[in-house]
Amino acid sequence: MKLVTAVVKPHKWDDVREALETFGVTGMTVSEVSGYGRQKGHTEVYRGAEYDIALVPKIRIEVVADDGDVDDIVGIIAKTAQTGRIGDGKVWVTPVETIVRVRTGDRDAAAL
Amino acid sequence: MDGYYAWMIVATALVLMMTTPALALFYGGMTRSKSVLNMMMMSYLAMGVVGLVFVLWGWSEGWGADGVGNGNGDLIASPFHMFGLHHVSPGNYIYVLFQLTFAVITAALISGSIADRVKVSAWVVFVVAWVTLVYFPIAHNVWGGGWFYTHFPNLDYAGGTVVHINAGVAGGILALVIGRRVGWPKDVGRPHNLTLTMIGAGLLWTGWYGFNVGSIVFTTVGSSKQGWGSVTDQFMGETGVTFMNTTVATMAAMLGWLAVERIVHGKATSLGAASGVVAGLVAITPSCGSVSTVGAMAVGAIAGAVCAMAIGLKYKLGLDDSLDVVGVHLTGGILGALLIGFLGTTSSPQGIDGLFPSGGGGLLYGGNANLLWHQFLGVIFTVVWCGVLTAVIGMAIKYTIGWRVSDDDEVDGIDFAEHGESAYDLDGRSGGMLAGTGVVAAAHPKTESREGAMA
Repeated sequence: MKLVTAVVKPHKWDDVREALETFGVTGMTVSEVSGYGRQKGHTEVYRGAEYDIALVPKIRIEVVADDGDVDDIVGIIAKTAQTGRIGDGKVWVTPVETIVRVRTGDRDAAAL
Repeated sequence: MDGYYAWMIVATALVLMMTTPALALFYGGMTRSKSVLNMMMMSYLAMGVVGLVFVLWGWSEGWGADGVGNGNGDLIASPFHMFGLHHVSPGNYIYVLFQLTFAVITAALISGSIADRVKVSAWVVFVVAWVTLVYFPIAHNVWGGGWFYTHFPNLDYAGGTVVHINAGVAGGILALVIGRRVGWPKDVGRPHNLTLTMIGAGLLWTGWYGFNVGSIVFTTVGSSKQGWGSVTDQFMGETGVTFMNTTVATMAAMLGWLAVERIVHGKATSLGAASGVVAGLVAITPSCGSVSTVGAMAVGAIAGAVCAMAIGLKYKLGLDDSLDVVGVHLTGGILGALLIGFLGTTSSPQGIDGLFPSGGGGLLYGGNANLLWHQFLGVIFTVVWCGVLTAVIGMAIKYTIGWRVSDDDEVDGIDFAEHGESAYDLDGRSGGMLAGTGVVAAAHPKTESREGAMA
């Protein structure tokens, strides 16, 4: 089992969700996050004073999946979230030791 | 005169709206999210405190008459003579209330200079002392028939000197006495909610019609100055001009501010629009009864553009005038007062009233520099009186009860330190589920079973 984490541009989130649903992903955790990479932040001017806005808003998507599905999921996210411009985000995969479905107590593959 | 009385009831309510909520919103949106409640509370507290003080001794000290000013020709009137509106007949209460709203907003305007860092107790003590020693005497001298106007008449239709120059000077002096915020200018953050500021500016604009148009004084009654055909002629003619001038000056000022921004920074901003609106309203306040329609557009455009440039000065001076009371109200107020010296025309309502101190109009309307000189004196009188006494009051508070909350409280947020509240709970996380407590002090009913309510 693996945890797929993706950080994408906010306006791409709907496309990514749809593509993942079509593929068969039934659930995910989504959060509004902020950070920066090569895109950096920007400056804003209020009453003549410049403010450095270091952080850029992003959407973080987390999906736990079977090992066999992981490559497909990563590929779908990377393809759907791509605009080709700087700041498109990242996708990464981490191993997961155990999963428990809270309602039933099912473990691991049965809990996915 | 029934129509006039009805209008004054409306005008008074409109000016009340300018402080609560308009100014509170305008200022509140420009502060950080951790200090917005304190900023808004300074306006609300000014309303409560100054309002009561005005009724107790303010009217007596400023106007001292049953009706308009007592014309005693002195620097002050007695605060005790009409204490609690003694000897003022209820038929004149609306004039007391109209003037009350001006005192309230003038005090509230000062709060923008000292955002995020002042104890509530110090603010309350300050506004009581300030209106007593600064506002009421200056109002008496300019509007109440006091010494200054009797000797040096000048044109100030609705309070460019008494309200805006006064508040601007006081704000600048207090910012100096109280000192900068922790981390200013690098770490004080941008305005947290400009939608509040836009709403506030719009409400100020609307309320300002009460402020300016309501400031009509009838010269046709019991006076030799009979330039108007009748009372009705003056009522309709004068309110038409002041309403029109207030409108076009504000529009021009907004565009003037935005034009400067577009040229200097490349973008026209919403905060620039809101600020330009206020700058224009400030500048047309003294001049709305003495300039032509085109003159009003010029007053507005100049005020918008100049104030947009003036707000940068505080960084060069190292003065944390947090929300630019000096840059907008002092600058705009002085511009409005002095531009009358250039753009004043004797065919305006105050010209027809026979109130032009020099007889002739402004420099661009066939007059000489005499009018500009009278206007200049009005500015200087206000700046000196207000500057000296505000410094005295500010220092007295600084070395007795103290002005500032602790640096830690200021950095953590004055809202919680002074009021025990926080303004926003947008994600439901503060004080709700994740705080793990819910309501602790008040008895609350048993929670209903929520089985199945959550997906």
